[in-house]
Amino acid sequence: MNAVITTRELRKEFTVRVKTGRFSRARRTVTAVDGVDLTIEAGEMVGYIGPNGAGKSTTLKMLTGILNPTSGHVRVCGLEPVPQRLRLTRNLGVVFGQRSALWWDLPLRESFRLLRHVFDVPRADHAARLAQCRDLLDLDGFLDTPVRQLSLGQRMRGELTAALLHGPRVLFLDEPTIGLDVVSKQAVRGFLSDLGAAGDTTLVLTTHDLADIERLCPRLIVIDHGHVVHDGSVERLHHRYGSHRQVVIDLEADWDPGHAPEGVTAKVDPDDARRVRFHLTPGGPSAGELVARLALRAPLRDMSIVEPDIEDVVARLYQAAPADSAG
Amino acid sequence: MAYRNPLTPYLRLTAAQVRSQAQYRFSFVLDLFGQTAVTVLDFLTILVLFRITPVLGGFELHEVLVMSGIAITGFSIADLAVGNVEQLAHYVRTGLLDAMLIRPRRVLPQLLAVDFQLRRIGRVVFAAVVLAVAAAASGVEWTWWRWLLVVTAPLAGAVFFSAVFVITATTMFWWVDSREFSASFTYGGRDFTSYPLTVFGGGFRRLFGYALGFGFVAYHPTLALLGRADPLGAPGWLGWSGPVVASIAALAAGALWRTGLRHYKGTGS
Ligand SMILES: Nc1ncnc2c1ncn2[C@@H]1O[C@H](COP(=O)(O)OP(=O)(O)O)[C@@H](O)[C@H]1O
Ligand SMILES: [Mg+2]
Repeated sequence: MNAVITTRELRKEFTVRVKTGRFSRARRTVTAVDGVDLTIEAGEMVGYIGPNGAGKSTTLKMLTGILNPTSGHVRVCGLEPVPQRLRLTRNLGVVFGQRSALWWDLPLRESFRLLRHVFDVPRADHAARLAQCRDLLDLDGFLDTPVRQLSLGQRMRGELTAALLHGPRVLFLDEPTIGLDVVSKQAVRGFLSDLGAAGDTTLVLTTHDLADIERLCPRLIVIDHGHVVHDGSVERLHHRYGSHRQVVIDLEADWDPGHAPEGVTAKVDPDDARRVRFHLTPGGPSAGELVARLALRAPLRDMSIVEPDIEDVVARLYQAAPADSAG
Repeated sequence: MAYRNPLTPYLRLTAAQVRSQAQYRFSFVLDLFGQTAVTVLDFLTILVLFRITPVLGGFELHEVLVMSGIAITGFSIADLAVGNVEQLAHYVRTGLLDAMLIRPRRVLPQLLAVDFQLRRIGRVVFAAVVLAVAAAASGVEWTWWRWLLVVTAPLAGAVFFSAVFVITATTMFWWVDSREFSASFTYGGRDFTSYPLTVFGGGFRRLFGYALGFGFVAYHPTLALLGRADPLGAPGWLGWSGPVVASIAALAAGALWRTGLRHYKGTGS
């Protein structure tokens, strides 16, 4: 066991004043994070997802020492984030997609130089990491451009570099692809994927773009109304919510129910009697077995495999009542 | 690799901020003049008052100018160094405070460094010149301890006003943005400090002058510089109380700031 992040019963409440009449205001308590237990091991890549207002950013702010938890236990790199912020932040890289950690009026290169002083990074280490990021994120075209003149995609590549120059053990990314164009999204995902594959950096990423997660994160934590409603692999999520890969087969002739292999149910396409769909369930036959067995009984014309749509699954998850252990 | 001088990173941040502002040279020069003009107006107000009356609360023009010279020099240094803290609500909204919190450095000096406004320096220079000229015109007997006092009094005033800036800004962590409330202590305090305590009513004098400490910034040091007894009867050694009072205020400000930061709620996004 080598947990880099642990939380137990982590809670954060905000007191907000709401207008109840022309002159009256009432205090109301909003529970943004409501008893979250997390254990994240060194080198993991974790997607932390949930709808707007679920409590993702608030969790990240408690893990990075920005916000004091209302109650509960939290340790990151063995440290208590708020009281030991000065020591902890040397081990963390943090990127807020909607905020900037760069100097607006200075060339990107200058921001990097200042961060070397802020984080006390030895010159050689800094130069080596910068060279690597320049290469992987293709920064050379705009290193001398003032940050305010960068496109969003260029700026985000700069933010990622800025977060990594001190060699953090844990990288927190809050909506890193928000607002980016498709090409920049791909660049950011590709970079993070390589970083995660190298295995030295623990990566926690919040997003509501599920394509980020499918590409990057073997582990998925879903939060809703401050509660964790799922923690596990993407496959487990599909399994739990009954979404399966489908094999779609086009036949030379109309489907005959007698041809179905045992253990699977076929659904005939309502518009085309020569098209059938099979749901692949864990424990049932694999796609290959299924097709092989079918081919023995009926002539096939074409086949395709349809991946379950994670967006649908998560949408269903959000609508579901607070989590039970149905999986 | 730790820096031998822990101030180095903050100085680097300040230098970077000055460099980025230097890109807008014309607006910098314009602001420099504008800011200096405000301080000129503060002193002009005093001159105008003395057209109506030859003495103010028992003090002549050059004496009041020494007093306001100390007060406004101290205030202007504080405004230059920490005046930005009154923008705390803005720093919270724009996420600048969060950006400071994720770095291994103290938050307050970072905030002040990254938004340092060099254009405010004109005020310091102008107020110091007024102090020098008024002190020369007052026929001060320059002993070594008076030299010491004329230098330490504005500096202690700077520390004191810095503490007032921080304390009033920190209230933002608990209440909503309360700029007017803050201004009544910072700018109000500066104006109070620029005039002799003798012109204010008893209750106001006791509250602002002694309970809150503004009377130790310029009034008592000026009496000591000029070699005058306090018309209100306070002992002469109070002229040296500035650094002590300023230290107490600074400690209180530091403690309040740290408590406030623990109450920091962030923004909703
Ligand atoms: N500073 C704050 N003051 C009051 N309420 C807040 C604050 N920050 C977050 N909230 C509330 O807490 C909940 C969770 O917010 P957040 O963590 O930002 O969600 P997410 O990042 O998942 O969209 C929301 O209801 C939000 O309105
Ligand atoms: Mg968020």
